[in-house]
Amino acid sequence: MTETILSVRDLTVAFDTRRGPLTAIDRVSFDIGRGEILGVVGESGAGKSVTGSAVIGLIDRPGRIAGGEIRLRGERIDNLSPEAMRRVRGRRIGMIFQDPLTSLDPLFRVGDQIVETLRTHTNLSAKAARTRAIDLLAEVGIPAPERRIDGYPHEFSGGMRQRVVIALALAAEPELIIADEPTTALDVSVQAQIITLLKRLCREHGTAVMLVTHDMGVIAEAADRVAVMYAGRVAEIGPVASVIAKPHHPYAVGLMGAIPTLSQEADRLSQIPGAMPRLTAIPKGCAFNPRCPKVFARCRVERPEPIPVDASRVACHLYDAAEQAA
Amino acid sequence: MLAFLLRRVIQAAAVLAVVGLIAFAMFRFAGDPVNQIVGPDTTVAERAQIRTDLGLDDPVLVQFVRYAGNVVRGRFGISYQFRQPVSQLLAERMPATLELAFCATVFALVVGILMGVYCALFRDSWLAGLFQAVSLIGISLPTFLIGILLIYLFSVTLGWLPSYGRGDTVRLGWWTTGFLTASGLKALILPSVTLGLFQMTLIMRLVRAEMLEVLRTDYIRFARARGLTTRAVHLRHALKNTLVPVITIAGLQLGSVIAFSIITETVFQWPGMGLLFVQAVQNVDIPIMSAYLLLVALIFVTINLVVDILYTVVDPRLRLPAGRTA
Repeated sequence: MTETILSVRDLTVAFDTRRGPLTAIDRVSFDIGRGEILGVVGESGAGKSVTGSAVIGLIDRPGRIAGGEIRLRGERIDNLSPEAMRRVRGRRIGMIFQDPLTSLDPLFRVGDQIVETLRTHTNLSAKAARTRAIDLLAEVGIPAPERRIDGYPHEFSGGMRQRVVIALALAAEPELIIADEPTTALDVSVQAQIITLLKRLCREHGTAVMLVTHDMGVIAEAADRVAVMYAGRVAEIGPVASVIAKPHHPYAVGLMGAIPTLSQEADRLSQIPGAMPRLTAIPKGCAFNPRCPKVFARCRVERPEPIPVDASRVACHLYDAAEQAA
Repeated sequence: MLAFLLRRVIQAAAVLAVVGLIAFAMFRFAGDPVNQIVGPDTTVAERAQIRTDLGLDDPVLVQFVRYAGNVVRGRFGISYQFRQPVSQLLAERMPATLELAFCATVFALVVGILMGVYCALFRDSWLAGLFQAVSLIGISLPTFLIGILLIYLFSVTLGWLPSYGRGDTVRLGWWTTGFLTASGLKALILPSVTLGLFQMTLIMRLVRAEMLEVLRTDYIRFARARGLTTRAVHLRHALKNTLVPVITIAGLQLGSVIAFSIITETVFQWPGMGLLFVQAVQNVDIPIMSAYLLLVALIFVTINLVVDILYTVVDPRLRLPAGRTA
């Protein structure tokens, strides 16, 4: 892997409630290299979005980072002051949200929102910032940008708005972009365009991307590597081709098996029995053990640590050398 | 836009026509005005003479047409008690009421918005709690009681401010103003606070609730993710979005401030239209009452119109191109 942009180690996020802290993210670790797209998949509530919010320092109260560290180019950013973290946001880490229809302030022209972002992070003059804004809009594929720059968000379609959002996220040339379900709210045909755009821009700028989604199609299309999350933990992380073609963790196996294919003739879609545990009731040992077809005694007692298997890292006792030998 | 305006103006005219009918009807149903004018020893012939002079003998329809024609030309008849044209009486007293309403509104808007924004941004602080408690008092205490309490505190006990009247006024053409003398300004303080207190608490609570709502939206989250300063996020994006609905309420409240300054003017013996109206009611001076009714209707209708226009200025989504409907 080339230069590491983002390095997350044992990140733990807790939400303080009246009945004590709930651990939403439990010792999650991953790296993203320069120009690399890391897909983060999992069911709703697996902690994908919270991980993204934690990296950019925008966890809503009462959530807080309870442990671990986040490094951007080797520099710790999880313990920065709010003001220092604000300077990182937008400048060094950009973010794209799920719903482009609600991500833009409806009362401000899109150009003004881009200029505002640029001038917050750079010392461009108002005029230079406007020129740059037009370039950005052109770069994300908005036709007639010198005219559309004075449009209001409601004058853009959903796909066009997501392009504007991407332009905003890229405005200050960040090293990392966190894309939180960037295509979920869009039409399928538009989804492909946005993914292609995101891929192209990141390749050209060398931007690292954390692509949070529950759409395996998007992952297969865009990501270089993929992290499968379950109940706030990383179950398996590895190159996208190997995780999709030959998953190791029983949860990843179930997840990939649940993707319907056209060639499949089955009447029923396969599914993983049961449901993901609630944060209040995560089982002891491996979080997946109640639903796991290959569960054995050790899974109910001891939490598996990620171990290298082929090109991936898998948090499962099945692949432990000791178990293999037995 | 022009069609929109025209439609609104026609609607406004219709409302005024209906109010005019009611105002006219007062002449017929609020007792015999002749009895109010003459003494008990007036002869029947003299009564008949007065009746003819005032045009009270003509058919109802003729009277209404004459009334409407006069009203359009600004003639509201002759006051029974003052024997002066009502328009002249109102014009003399209008500056006092408008200056009072203006000060009360400025007070309500400035203090209400400031307190509302503070309460929304620092919702857990003790000062926000205090504001909330004070606003409850402001909303639940009747105006006359607040006026009397203020007079007791600042005029009777402390002796800082006058308890009644406008102080010294300066005549500018037909307008008399209290803004140019120290005693005139001092005299404005207590009545303005009394009149504006209710609106202020209303605006404060509205701003607080709206702003809390806006702070939860995606575009505020996105604004934070873009790394904008807290000030820009709160005071530019959040506040502007908060003020959209506040404008409507504040505008309508301005109408009621003018219309319902009656109580405040009575408490402070403020020589404005409200006081004139109260005296008119006591003396069954119907021309004044009906003129006041029309004037208040006119003010409300005008303010509504202005608010509609202001809306489109603030919110670009409402600026529809001609020929397209919402």
